[in-house]
Amino acid sequence: MDERRRGARRLRPAGRAAPRQGPVSGYSAVLGGRRYAFTDLARLLAAASPERSGDRLAGIAADSAQERVAARLALAEVPLERFLAEPVVPYELDDVTRLIVDGHDRAAFAPVAGLTVGEFREWLLSPGADAGALAALAPGVTPEMAAAVSKLMSNSDLVAAARKVRVVTAFRSTIGLPGRLATRLQPNHPTDDPAGVAAAVLDGLLLGSGDAVIGVNPAGDSPRAVRDLLELLDTVIARHAIPTQSCVLCHVTTTLRLMERGAPVDLVFQSIAGTQAANASFGVTLALLDEAHAAVRELGRGTVGGNAMYFETGQGSALSAGAHHGVDQQTLEARAYAVARRYRPLLVNTVVGFIGPEYLYDGRQILRAALEDHFCGKLLGLPMGLDVCYTNHADADDDDIATMLTVLGVAGASFLICTPGGDDIMLNYQSASYHDALYLREVLGLRPAPEFESWLRAVGLLDEGGALREVSPAAHPLAAIAAPPLPPEIS
Amino acid sequence: MTSPAEREGARDGGPVTAAGTGTGTDGVTEPAAADAGADGAWWAALRQRTQARIGLGRAGAALPTRHRLALQAAHAAARDAVHAPFDPEAVAAALPAMPTVRVRSAAPDRLTYLQRPDLGRRLDDAAGAALPRGGWDVVFVVADGLSSRAVHAHAAAVVLATTALLDDMTIAPVVLAEQARVALGDEIADVMGATTAVVLIGERPGMSAADSLGAYLTYAPRPGRTTDADRNCVSNIRPPLGLSHEAAAATLAGLVRRAAELGAGGVALKDEPAS
Repeated sequence: MDERRRGARRLRPAGRAAPRQGPVSGYSAVLGGRRYAFTDLARLLAAASPERSGDRLAGIAADSAQERVAARLALAEVPLERFLAEPVVPYELDDVTRLIVDGHDRAAFAPVAGLTVGEFREWLLSPGADAGALAALAPGVTPEMAAAVSKLMSNSDLVAAARKVRVVTAFRSTIGLPGRLATRLQPNHPTDDPAGVAAAVLDGLLLGSGDAVIGVNPAGDSPRAVRDLLELLDTVIARHAIPTQSCVLCHVTTTLRLMERGAPVDLVFQSIAGTQAANASFGVTLALLDEAHAAVRELGRGTVGGNAMYFETGQGSALSAGAHHGVDQQTLEARAYAVARRYRPLLVNTVVGFIGPEYLYDGRQILRAALEDHFCGKLLGLPMGLDVCYTNHADADDDDIATMLTVLGVAGASFLICTPGGDDIMLNYQSASYHDALYLREVLGLRPAPEFESWLRAVGLLDEGGALREVSPAAHPLAAIAAPPLPPEIS
Repeated sequence: MTSPAEREGARDGGPVTAAGTGTGTDGVTEPAAADAGADGAWWAALRQRTQARIGLGRAGAALPTRHRLALQAAHAAARDAVHAPFDPEAVAAALPAMPTVRVRSAAPDRLTYLQRPDLGRRLDDAAGAALPRGGWDVVFVVADGLSSRAVHAHAAAVVLATTALLDDMTIAPVVLAEQARVALGDEIADVMGATTAVVLIGERPGMSAADSLGAYLTYAPRPGRTTDADRNCVSNIRPPLGLSHEAAAATLAGLVRRAAELGAGGVALKDEPAS
C-alpha cells in the first residue's frame, strides 16, 4: 500500500465508490463542475478508452464524452507504479497476470518508475526516448502501462512514438530493419486445394510479396490437409531458394503433432488473447505454447535467425469468449502481447478489423485500434505487423484500408498481411493487396527485407532502381510454381 | 469455436462443417473476361483453380481501373445484402401450407444488431409472449442474420425440402425472426417446447457470395448455456454454385434423426460418419 500513496494527486477516496472490503481505493476527477469517480483501475481504463462498440457491448464504456475525458484526467495522474500494485485481472485467477507481474524487470523500469501516465506520454514523445532507450525500457513496461498511456495519446502520438522503436527478428529473412516493410503473402483457398494455393503464391511472389512469411489459413484443421500445404510451401521455398519462411496457421496442437511426424514446419502459429480464460477458449495454455516453442526451436530451420513463433491477436477476442473480467478490450489486447513476448516471436500481428463491428464498428474505430495495437506491441518489444482489414458487415471500405496502411507505414509497421486483390476468398474479408504494399514501398521509400530484396533482384523482378518489374509470367522461371502441368512433387 | 455466420476471434482452422464448396462469382468480379493477350490467357488458366483475384496486372503500383471497380461492385453487393430489410411476408407466402409466426429479437434495428450480438440472441419481450406453446419434435427458425437476400432466396425451399423428409415427426409453426442471431433459436425452441431447433440464417456476405444461407441444428437447446460446440452446421447453401436445397435438406434431416437417436447434438454428432 505504500507504493499507492506515492501518487499524492490521485488516490482520493471516490465519492461514489461502491463499498469495498479493505483499504479504500478509487480514482476521480472533476470536469465541468461535476465529479466523476471510478472504483478501480480496470473501470478507469475502460472509461478512458476511445469510443468503440466492443466496450459498449461489454457495458464498460464511458457513459458520456465528458466522463471519458474525466477518466483521462484521472488516468493522467496515476503513477506507473500503481499498475504493479493493482492488477486489472486477479493474480490468483489468471496466468497472464502472473506472467506480467512475475516477469516485470524493475531495473529496465527504473528510468520511468517515478512518472505518472501523463508524464510517461510526454517522456515517450521526447527526443531522449530514442531507439536505444525504448529498447532498454521494453522489459520494464507492462501491458497495462502501455495501454494506459496509449489512451492519452492522439493518433499522431501513436505514430510518432511507435516509429522510434526498433524490433528486429529473423528466420530466413530479417524483419524490422529501418526503412524496410515486409509482407505476409496470404494465398488462402476455401478448400485448401494445393493447386489453387500455388497459383496464389505465384501471384504474390511476382508482385514482390512474401518476405515476412508465406502464410496460409487452412479452411479446416485436418492434419493431412495442413501437411499437404506445408509440403507444398516447403517445396516452393526450397526449389526457388526463396529467403522466407512458410506457415500454415492451424491450431498449435496440430502443428505439434505434425512436427513429431517430421513435417517441414518453419514457424509455429497460434491465436492468443490477454486472459487465461480467453486462451483456454482458443484451446491454449502457456505450457502448451512452451512445448511448441521448444519443439520448433529444436527443428532450427532458420538460416539467419532463430525467431520461430508467429502470433495473431485482436481486440475483442476475450469479450467474444466471455473471458474479459470487466477489462476494456484494448487493455486486454496489450496483455496478449505479454504472452507473445515470452516466445521472442518472428512475427506478431493484430487482425484488427477482422473480429467484427460488434468490437470495432467502423473505419474510424478500426484505424484507432490499429494504431494502438501497433504502438503497444512495439513498446513491449514485439515485431508488430498488421492485418489492415474489414469485414463486410463493418462500416468500412477500401478507402479505409488505403488510409490505414499509409498511416501504419509511416508508423513503421514491421509487416502487413497482403491478399490477392485485397480479397480473401476463404476468410471472407478484405485486407491489403500486394498492390497496396507496392504503393507503400513507393511513396515512403520502403524496401523489402534485405535477403528477399536480393532474391527479387536475382530472379529479375527488381530493376536497377529497386522498383518491381512487370514480367510475363509464362516465361518466368517462377511460373513452375503453378504453371500447368504441376511439377510432379506437388501434383 | 467459429461459425461462418458469426466468425469471431481466432481464425486458425475451425470446425469442419458439412458444407458444399461453392465456386464461381456473381458475374461482376470475374477478371478473366476482361483480360486480353497471352498473359491474360495464362492467368485465366490458373483461375480455374482458385477464385482468388490473381494476375490482375498493375497501373503503376495500383490495381487497373476495371479490377478496382470490380472489387467495389462485389463489396457493394455484400453491403447491400447486410442492410437489405427482411421481408417475412414473402417467406410466409412461399410456405402456404405451413403455419408461421413472426418474432423480433431484442435488437430494434440493424445498427444495434450489428453492434450488440447479445441483443440479437434474445427475444423481444412481446415476441416471447406471442410464441405458441406445445410439444414438437422440430422447430424451423428462418432468421435474417447478416443477409436477408440469402434468406429470401433459399430459406423457404430448404424448409419445404427438409420437412418432406421428416413427415413422421411433428413440426412446429415456422418462426420468422428479424434481427436474429443463431442463438435466438435456443430461446424460441425452449419457449415453444420443441426438441430440436433448426435455424436457417443469412451468412455474413463475402465478396463472391452475398446470398449464402447457413443452417444450424441444436438438439435440446438451453438458452444461455448452449454453445457453438453443441451445434451442427450446414453452410454455403447457395445453388447453383453452393450446396443445393435438396442436398442441404438431406443432410439436415439426417442430422435431426441422428440427434434424436443419440439424444445429443454438436460434437457428439460430428464424430459420426458424415451423412
